[in-house]
Amino acid sequence: MNKLTRRKLIAGGLGAVAGASGLGIAAKLAGHYGLIPPDSAGIFGPGETLTYAAQRLLTRHSLAREFPRSEISGKPFANEVEPLGGEFQRLQHGSFDEWRLNVDGTVARPTSFSLAELKSFPRRSHITMIQCEEGWSYIAEWIGVPLSHILELTGAAPQARYVVYRSFQPEWWESMDMADAMHPQTILAYGMNGDELPVGFGGPLRMRVTRQLGYKSVKYMTRITLTDNIKSFGKGLGSASPEAGYAWYAGL
Amino acid sequence: MVETLPVRHTFIVRITHWLITIAFLALLVTGLEIVVSHPRFYWGETGNVNTQPLFKIPIPSSRDTVPTGYGYVLPDQNGWSRYLHFQSAWLLVLTALVYGVVGFFNGHFRRNLLPTLSEISPKRLVLSIREHSRFKRPGAEEAWSYNTLQRLTYLVVIFVLFPMIIWTGLAMSPSFVSAVPAAVNVLGGQQSARTLHFLLTAVLVIFLLVHLLMIVLAGFASRIRAMITGRVAEPLRRV
Repeated sequence: MNKLTRRKLIAGGLGAVAGASGLGIAAKLAGHYGLIPPDSAGIFGPGETLTYAAQRLLTRHSLAREFPRSEISGKPFANEVEPLGGEFQRLQHGSFDEWRLNVDGTVARPTSFSLAELKSFPRRSHITMIQCEEGWSYIAEWIGVPLSHILELTGAAPQARYVVYRSFQPEWWESMDMADAMHPQTILAYGMNGDELPVGFGGPLRMRVTRQLGYKSVKYMTRITLTDNIKSFGKGLGSASPEAGYAWYAGL
Repeated sequence: MVETLPVRHTFIVRITHWLITIAFLALLVTGLEIVVSHPRFYWGETGNVNTQPLFKIPIPSSRDTVPTGYGYVLPDQNGWSRYLHFQSAWLLVLTALVYGVVGFFNGHFRRNLLPTLSEISPKRLVLSIREHSRFKRPGAEEAWSYNTLQRLTYLVVIFVLFPMIIWTGLAMSPSFVSAVPAAVNVLGGQQSARTLHFLLTAVLVIFLLVHLLMIVLAGFASRIRAMITGRVAEPLRRV
């Protein structure tokens, strides 16, 4: 009886040590391969890390479903934001000729692009679904320039790990990892359903990340910053979403 | 005396039962919180407030963009609800995997859940249903094994309802379906998956209520004790 207890104790102790060091090694490896999201601390960290790691290991290069033109929603929902203020109206009256997208951070050539310049670059369009975390959705054709093209033009440094992107609305800023930044469907959209992108849907320029929920497709894009240190932005949780209580990775 | 009796429920069955209970309750509460932000359901690929719903739940919403007919908006709980929903989903899936693999290899499903052919004959089934509808208190031998209706119900819950609710949940994930488009296509679209996910929840809640009612009828303390300690208390004194 005594002997059995001691044997069990030793086996249990060894098991615990092996388990703990196994977890430690797994965490090190996961960090090395970029499988840990910026909001991995806290009580919901384990779930978020499992989701993000699983998606990055299994679906890194997969393409979001694209639909035939007949599936485009006749009645999309804009989910309009509060009035954007006088400065936005001034730019709108000028047909957004003065709208600029600034690219900076760990890039060789920080650059400021006009809409006309963005429209002169190779275009990519896709008919994809946008899903809100609330549960509603619509399908539209999105037309824009691949984010990967902008990163190539500006010379993204190899150590860059995240793309931080900002809106005309200062409180709505997001970030994505390089897997989504270089993804062929990730575009800076200036067109929708064969036309200009309406202001209600984020015009003149909206990020479209096809494999994540709508809140990652930031409207009124003004600035892109590449970084290798996401912790230095905001509260260090990756974007404004975790600061407001929402997951940084919205691919589920 | 009690110590020498064989266990009613194995350790794996007991621990996975309670882990899944915790996960299910967390998923239920957070799921309802998420639904409140858009209590409308659609069929097909897409749906929003501009389109005709399949059905609505007549409750106020936590978002002011949804026309509910109520003059007020409920507190918004989506952030933590979504975090906890997906963390609990991981707990559910990983626990279910352990239960499924162990149950398959140690004969739990075959021994305790699979009814024999004679048990599922129409005559025996009718008899079993009749006994149930009379709320006949089970005899001592029934504390040691499941009757046919129980076996069939558990099999449906374990092998149909839970796999379906996990599947329909995954079918709503934009990243998951980018890798496995068939998961959502065969369901008729992403909003169909959401609607099915909700309806399956309703069925599982009904199961939970009936399950609890049966436990109360069979002897709440003894059944709960059996699922915690694995032992059936004083089996010989039961009539």
